[in-house]
Amino acid sequence: MNFDELFGHFGQHTVDGLSKGAIYALIALGYTLVYGVLRLINFAHSEVFVVGTFAVLGAWTAFGMQDRPGAGQAILFLLIGLIAAAVASGGTALALERIAYRPLRRRNAPPLVFLITAIGLSLVLVEILGLLLPRLVGGVFPTLFGRERQIVGMPTIIEQKPLITIGDTSITNVQAIVFFSALLMMAMLDWFINRTRYGRGVRAVAQNPETAALMGVNQDRVIMLIFVLGGVMAGAAALLWSVRFGFTQSSLGFVLGLKAFTAAVLGGIGNLRGALLGGLFLGLVEVYAATLYTSAWEDVVAFVVLIVVLMFRPTGLLGESLGRARA
Amino acid sequence: MMNKLRATEARRRAALSGIADRWAALPAWQRLIGVTAFIAILYYLPLLGVPGLTWLRTDSIDGGNSWAGVLFTCAIYVLVAIGLNVVVGLAGLLDLGYIGFFAIGAYSVALFGSTNSPVVKWMQRTFELEPTWAVAWAICIPLAIALSLTSGVILGWPTLRLRGDYLAIVTLGFGEIIRIVARNLTGVTNGAAGISAIPGPEGAPSADNQIFGLQDLKPWYWLAITVVLLMVFAVRRLENSRVGRSWLAIREDEDAAAVMGVNGFKFKLWAFAIGAALGGLSGFLFASRNAFIDPSQFNATLSILFVAMVVVGGSGNMVGVAFGAVLLAYLPERFRFVSDYRWVAFGFAMVVVMVLRPQGLIPSRRRARELQDRAKEAKVSV
Repeated sequence: MNFDELFGHFGQHTVDGLSKGAIYALIALGYTLVYGVLRLINFAHSEVFVVGTFAVLGAWTAFGMQDRPGAGQAILFLLIGLIAAAVASGGTALALERIAYRPLRRRNAPPLVFLITAIGLSLVLVEILGLLLPRLVGGVFPTLFGRERQIVGMPTIIEQKPLITIGDTSITNVQAIVFFSALLMMAMLDWFINRTRYGRGVRAVAQNPETAALMGVNQDRVIMLIFVLGGVMAGAAALLWSVRFGFTQSSLGFVLGLKAFTAAVLGGIGNLRGALLGGLFLGLVEVYAATLYTSAWEDVVAFVVLIVVLMFRPTGLLGESLGRARA
Repeated sequence: MMNKLRATEARRRAALSGIADRWAALPAWQRLIGVTAFIAILYYLPLLGVPGLTWLRTDSIDGGNSWAGVLFTCAIYVLVAIGLNVVVGLAGLLDLGYIGFFAIGAYSVALFGSTNSPVVKWMQRTFELEPTWAVAWAICIPLAIALSLTSGVILGWPTLRLRGDYLAIVTLGFGEIIRIVARNLTGVTNGAAGISAIPGPEGAPSADNQIFGLQDLKPWYWLAITVVLLMVFAVRRLENSRVGRSWLAIREDEDAAAVMGVNGFKFKLWAFAIGAALGGLSGFLFASRNAFIDPSQFNATLSILFVAMVVVGGSGNMVGVAFGAVLLAYLPERFRFVSDYRWVAFGFAMVVVMVLRPQGLIPSRRRARELQDRAKEAKVSV
């Protein structure tokens, strides 16, 4: 138990935890949106994120990005990456809904069936990215699918530099970008769900699908919308991941998805602000745990915290409430 | 009298529907012969040499694995599927961390039975025992069952009050916790290096072992299939008992069951504990045959594969889940050319089965009816 290190550099660990948690929170939004409306765990959402990371790398490669481009170019590449990731992730999420979930919903299948389907889809997506595409088109896109199931490095878009230093706590530019972009995305989503006509439809379906249908809400369109929104958020997370960590891998999604789902449950699944809180909380817990013990134990601590929180607050920190008055 | 009436009624239904009904309608002595013949075939399988059927053997292809070894794996997976079926199929609790119990069973025999384990070495030092001393294999069996059962209760106690979806994620987390703890607690489990020299029925693995050796795997298969048959019998009794009926009631509607006086929490905990014990037992057999285990053998992918076996086979029906287990364990071994693509094939099969046949390949009749009912309700409400 390394308390000296933890409290000696408490500010630094908090900054690290927040920037880590911001990515969890963005992915968690996808779980929470789908769960809030459909009461179903979209287990394949983590793969939606991974598709996004590959799309970012693909777009950067296609437009010939080099390491450390100038400021103007960097912004351009960020935009290109964001569009590519959002389109790829949103499209994947939408395809999942249309191909797999909709036929099941038509038959009113029990939740277990949805979950197994989602797991199956997730396996298929991992294998397509890790095995099929490398075998089929690995020669054509060597930087993307050059080696089967291996880690693929990305060019550095922004070099990590300390931006602000207060005492011995320094916030790097990348951490600040990741954290504030994530917050911005979430604020936009929150506004969209709470303040727009479409958002009202989403909340209505989440509250009571039958009544919403009677009031003229097109249920199928709302469901497609939430899958796309979740996918776009995952795409944004994929871009931030690429900026922060600079690599991807076909099997990246499993652990990350597990963490993001944990974050969603911690905050109260179905609750958008809960996802933010849960993500940041989980990021902090992990970084503190990694400091107190070693990084080998951070996952254990994260899951133990999840179990303990659920024991005392079975609906998460903020409760489930996409359908309630406030999202 | 009642039995005769029941048999007549069953015969009447047999005229109308499938094989299961026909089977149930047969006179008892014919069923007994059928079962005996089936069991005899199971025991004969590793020797399989009937002309025209030898292509089934996994060693009939280039570089194929030992046929008895593959059969052993199938038997272990069947045992896992039967245990998980109690939790998922009968009680309707989604347990994605079943691998945790499997790992606990495997580590119990490794930690207490192997002379290479830090735990045994510590015992030898503390109690001044000989360096060859270790807990006997036969004592490890109840130990493995007790440890996994206890862990099932410990996990279930706080978490079974949660709703289904939360339970799924918490159990998935539990499976990961067990694996990571086994990897990190180097002083107890040897960490990622793993534990070797795990004993079998004849003690530590060595070339001198007469029956349960490392080369000839047939006795291992016979041992495993015996355990499987015993457990099939036991679980079948359980299914038709008061406990089994309570599980079904809880699965189909927990509130209605509670109104009828079924203590949901108690029976869910029972299902969890029994499922955990069976998982521990299969892990125990796996570790003894393998003689070496390390944490990477107990990853979450395997845990998800376990759930896939149950659901694809037909959750709630023991024949179905056993079929699912054999399918998922056998096919990649026999058809090596798919083995690279096995995960994509599994994933695809899971989706196709769930979309086209959500009740599984060989469903339990009750479950299939439930799903039909739900489908009808859907049509009314949309």
